[in-house]
Amino acid sequence: MDKVDIGQHISQQFNAELEEVRNRVLGMGGLVENQIANAVTALVERDSELAETVVSGDYKVNALEVAIDEQCSHILARRQPAATDLRLIVAVIKTITDLERIGDQAERIARMAIRLAEAEQPKNQYIELGNLGNHVREILHDALDAFARMDPEAAVAAAREDLRIDNEYNGIMRQVITFMMEDPRSITPMLDIIWAARALERIGDHAKNICEYLIYLVRGKDVRHTSLEQMEKEVQEAHKK
Amino acid sequence: MMAESTNFTHGIDINTLDRVGRGHRRIEEEEPSFEVEGLNLYYGEKQALKGIGMVIPSKCVTAFIGPSGCGKSTLLRCFNRMNDLVDDCRIEGSIQLHGEDIYDKGVDVADLRRRVGMVFQKPNPFPKSIYENVAYGLRLQGVKNRRLLDEVVERALQGAALWDEVKDRLHDSALGLSGGQQQRLVIARCIAIEPAVLLLDEPASALDPISTLKIEELIYELKNNYTIVIVTHNMQQAARVSDYTAFMYMGELIEFGDTDTVFTNPGKKRTEDYITGRYG
Repeated sequence: MDKVDIGQHISQQFNAELEEVRNRVLGMGGLVENQIANAVTALVERDSELAETVVSGDYKVNALEVAIDEQCSHILARRQPAATDLRLIVAVIKTITDLERIGDQAERIARMAIRLAEAEQPKNQYIELGNLGNHVREILHDALDAFARMDPEAAVAAAREDLRIDNEYNGIMRQVITFMMEDPRSITPMLDIIWAARALERIGDHAKNICEYLIYLVRGKDVRHTSLEQMEKEVQEAHKK
Repeated sequence: MMAESTNFTHGIDINTLDRVGRGHRRIEEEEPSFEVEGLNLYYGEKQALKGIGMVIPSKCVTAFIGPSGCGKSTLLRCFNRMNDLVDDCRIEGSIQLHGEDIYDKGVDVADLRRRVGMVFQKPNPFPKSIYENVAYGLRLQGVKNRRLLDEVVERALQGAALWDEVKDRLHDSALGLSGGQQQRLVIARCIAIEPAVLLLDEPASALDPISTLKIEELIYELKNNYTIVIVTHNMQQAARVSDYTAFMYMGELIEFGDTDTVFTNPGKKRTEDYITGRYG
């Protein structure tokens, strides 16, 4: 039970259906990753045109969520999947919800980017935000990579990175509060920066959730709402069996 | 540029999303095979089919489901006039196959049954060799060319996913095969004469689960070349193999639609009750 193999059914069609669902989730993940990257770039480089493409592109993420959900319900109705197959479908249904929410956060960041591009602000205040954005995107990438390779250890590693995101987020908050105290005129744009940082921090949490679903899929253990140590222990213990 | 660094996009085209999967099949867009209109069938005084009207799409799998005695086998047997063999069976209405009325007086029933093959619940191989079972239909048609026969037998057995299991013992008795193999042999015998339609009456209900899955996989392969109509008691089987599902009850066609819709969001309460196991 160490390796998850979604092929090997007598029904080739069932193999194909599961493979397609999995590929679509990864495709949706790739799309969401692009949305974050573009939103953060738009914010840092004050590029409102790029930000507009993120806002107008969110419908694609939503459309994929709807399509994958429908496909999953068809598989449940037609195939009555069991064991790994069932966990795959459950994990997929939950994963795409988080991906869709990440997409919404990216759209939110892009909307701030449009607003902030109009305000007069020195560029260097966004550098921290840009770093946080890149970091968050890496975590999502690692989570999706773990999903693609069905690798629970990689999922734990990605989930651990989320702690660093939280620290970076706290750092930005402290900095922004200092700016606001120094110059009350900066409060309005700084509030937008706080919202953007908050959105990025939320994306990190969603990526961590995806890691947890993957561990459930591969190991059959539900590690939500447990500590990171607990998560690690479950993954290693299941590995020994 | 950050935007290009992703590896996952797999070239998904968002614009195709409303035609994804099988969920959005539309029966109006399929080419019709059988067209049934106002079909009533009586066994003596008893009416077994009541005003059936439907179009069986070509090169798709259509499944008939419903409780025992609902008329699904009777309807299936209308498609190759097997009911002609039943005394005091009377039929009203029309069934057309590719535009031609199969109950017309001029129709050669033997020829109709050649074009519309049928497989029954219990495998019924002839007490002959595997080879002769498959070659039987062609021999009836007077084919004597050995090369041609060999070719057709191999192709039919491959089509029925049986070739690899029997190629070294083609001249052994067909009765020595397992139930699942016999059923696939019967399907090979059917497709050897290249029918347009295959009617399957509970083809897997006498088989073990693995043989059943093999038959289902075979059905999925066969629909590329044949129109398939299957009657099954096992609605999960209908869900797995079919593109379209018809639900029948007490001789009436209650609901007919694409399988994804029938099994995820049926239009009629009766259908919902049946497929969720609430009665029937």
